[in-house]
Amino acid sequence: MKTKRIIAIDDERVILDSIVKLCSAEGWHVDVAEDALSGFKMIQSNVYDLIVCDIMMPEMDGFELLEKLRQQEIRIPVIITTGFSTVENAVKSLYNGAIDFLPKPFTFDELISSLKRGLNYAKIQKQVASYFFDSNKKNAMVSYIPCPPRYLRLGYSTWAFKENDGSFKIGITDLFLRTIENIKNIEMLDFDGEIIQGNNCCQITSDNELVHSVLSPLSGRIIKRNEHVIGDFTLVEKDPYFRGWLYIIVPSNLEFESKHLVPCSSDRI
Amino acid sequence: MVDKKAEACFTCHASDEPLKKLSIADRTRIFTTDSCRVMGTINPIYNEPSCYEAPCHAHEPDQAVLGVIDITESLSSTDQKIEIAKLKMLLFACIAILCISIVVSFFVRTWVDKPVRELVEATKNVGSGNLNFIVVNNSADELGILARSFNNMTKKLAEARLQLFQSDKMASLGRLAAGVAHEINNPLTGILTYSSFLLKRTANNSDFHDDLEVIVRETKRSREIVKGLLDFARQSVPKKNNIQITNIVDRAITVVENQLSLNHIKLIKKYDENLPDVYIDANQMQQVLINLIVNANHAISKNDGLISISAKLISLPPYGITQIKNALCPKGHNLLDHTVKIKSMPSIRLQARVNEKEGYINIDPIYGKNRNHYGLKIKTNSAVEFSCPKCNASLLDKKEKCPKCGGPVYFFEVPGKGLVQGCAVKGCEWQYWQSIENEGQKEYIEIRVEDNGCGIPQENLAKIFDPFFTTKGQKGTGLGLAVIWGIIDNHNGRITVESEIDKGTTFTVRLPIAKS
Repeated sequence: MKTKRIIAIDDERVILDSIVKLCSAEGWHVDVAEDALSGFKMIQSNVYDLIVCDIMMPEMDGFELLEKLRQQEIRIPVIITTGFSTVENAVKSLYNGAIDFLPKPFTFDELISSLKRGLNYAKIQKQVASYFFDSNKKNAMVSYIPCPPRYLRLGYSTWAFKENDGSFKIGITDLFLRTIENIKNIEMLDFDGEIIQGNNCCQITSDNELVHSVLSPLSGRIIKRNEHVIGDFTLVEKDPYFRGWLYIIVPSNLEFESKHLVPCSSDRI
Repeated sequence: MVDKKAEACFTCHASDEPLKKLSIADRTRIFTTDSCRVMGTINPIYNEPSCYEAPCHAHEPDQAVLGVIDITESLSSTDQKIEIAKLKMLLFACIAILCISIVVSFFVRTWVDKPVRELVEATKNVGSGNLNFIVVNNSADELGILARSFNNMTKKLAEARLQLFQSDKMASLGRLAAGVAHEINNPLTGILTYSSFLLKRTANNSDFHDDLEVIVRETKRSREIVKGLLDFARQSVPKKNNIQITNIVDRAITVVENQLSLNHIKLIKKYDENLPDVYIDANQMQQVLINLIVNANHAISKNDGLISISAKLISLPPYGITQIKNALCPKGHNLLDHTVKIKSMPSIRLQARVNEKEGYINIDPIYGKNRNHYGLKIKTNSAVEFSCPKCNASLLDKKEKCPKCGGPVYFFEVPGKGLVQGCAVKGCEWQYWQSIENEGQKEYIEIRVEDNGCGIPQENLAKIFDPFFTTKGQKGTGLGLAVIWGIIDNHNGRITVESEIDKGTTFTVRLPIAKS
């Protein structure tokens, strides 16, 4: 298998060193850049599977890099990481096209689980692209099911759907589930708890013992929890958009937060 | 024959035909001679039957006027009297003016001068920063209106100042948190990635593994603290679980042990056996305990330093313990006052009226403690009329009498927890909160952190839980105990402090035990 190539962009040397070290343990190759401008040049002239980028950097910050990548139609998945790990930054990153938000400081496992999902995301992305370019439709299997229209999504990871009574059903997108290799367990929050947009709302443990945080698409109070999922978490994999929902919540700040959600009918990645 | 041109005749004989009748004014004349004024009066002598029928009948019957009598009289004595009368009048006028002005000045003094002076006094007070000053004036006139709007203005000013202070505090805290988060998280990433990596690699080597686990755990805790700092600026909700408090105390001790041994401080632990769980956020509570132990450490400078930490189960009646965290008048106005704090807890502000005097009384939020704050002077044993400061609705319960002294009873509502009643007589300490009393004695875990350090001066004891209050100068932010207070409060617990200079300080934390 081809060696995975990752580029890490951060103005702190110790972060870059630690990413290089941790990734080499997984057999991945990591290039580093100490500022976003030189990082962007490297992205243009090399082939990378994944970008890991800090937000606060001199001259050009992480958001500007995301914007530049979009303008140039460079579709390499980006994981945003920052020391100023506020909910606002997490949500803003995801809205601006990052596939994941990794707050600093992170552990070995947290970094690896995020990077693995990112690499899987890149792989699925390529499969989809090859499907469109493959005129014979030889690999005629669509890699994932996109979320239905009228659903809203936070990044590509979670969805929210407005019920008739104004409450919202929330769940995990199929694409996110596909980036996790074999779910072993799903840990959900207590009924009657509060969840916050961009914060952890459930944790998925995969077969390789990695823990994956699922970021909530909206803030609010949980009024119902899908007990079927707790009984049989494969339900989430089988039917992520209907029977595999996670919570029904009463949103607490809908007007503001819905601005950061993307309609599933949009073709934005 | 008389001379018609003579002065006395002239008036009547000015025209050809003499006048028969003249008004008295025309018949009188006043003129001045050398020495004095003289008044002359002419009086005509009319022809009467006795004049022409008398035997002497010197006059003809058709003659109307027979002659005039001209009387001249000196006016000197009259003038003298007039002079005296004038003087008397002047004197009386002066006395009358004097009397009237005394009366007027008396009324002006009581109705205008005094209230104006009070207002001036109030402006001076407010000007010098005492925004709790209240002008007592209940009159319906313009000055009363002025006094009330002045009070209103001071109140608004105090609120605005508090808000400004609060937002300023929060803004600077937010900036501090953002700065700390960014600066600390980068080095923490270095520690956490390498240590967690090593932890993975040394899974088989138990020696290293345990030590590394401490590093990873504590770094993760630091991460939570930084996150907590960001959350504190946004008032976070604790993530609670049922936990043995002694585990948390032990974990806190492990973290600071080295610091204590460097300072040659002995640490004594006294835990009761079989303590029930408490429902707490472990990280937040560990932060509280570490902070208290570190503070104790800082307070000790001598060689035989001693810190003792004890945990025991206590059972307390609600009286004197339970904090009233919410209070409403019958119309639903919030009575809680965050500007006047009693033992650093927001108090309950009631409007009070005694003998036509009006002001505010802030009731101690601790049920049964009665460390009330009086905004006006009240004699002991006098009954106070309480009302809502917003809608003026009376807070006196007409049907109830204080069982202790028979005085009137005030009441307010605590949403979800029924009525709190209390005696409205100053000096009587009766209070009753039925729903809380019904619950009976409550069990708490009491953790005491005791040191034999330098102690805290009495004047600082009340302020130590205030944000940004510090005696450590540049070394402290003054947030430690404020954050602790917030955490304990979020856990429905209480933290108190006792201290004696050069003897030591004891912090007592009480946490309600978990409901099984």
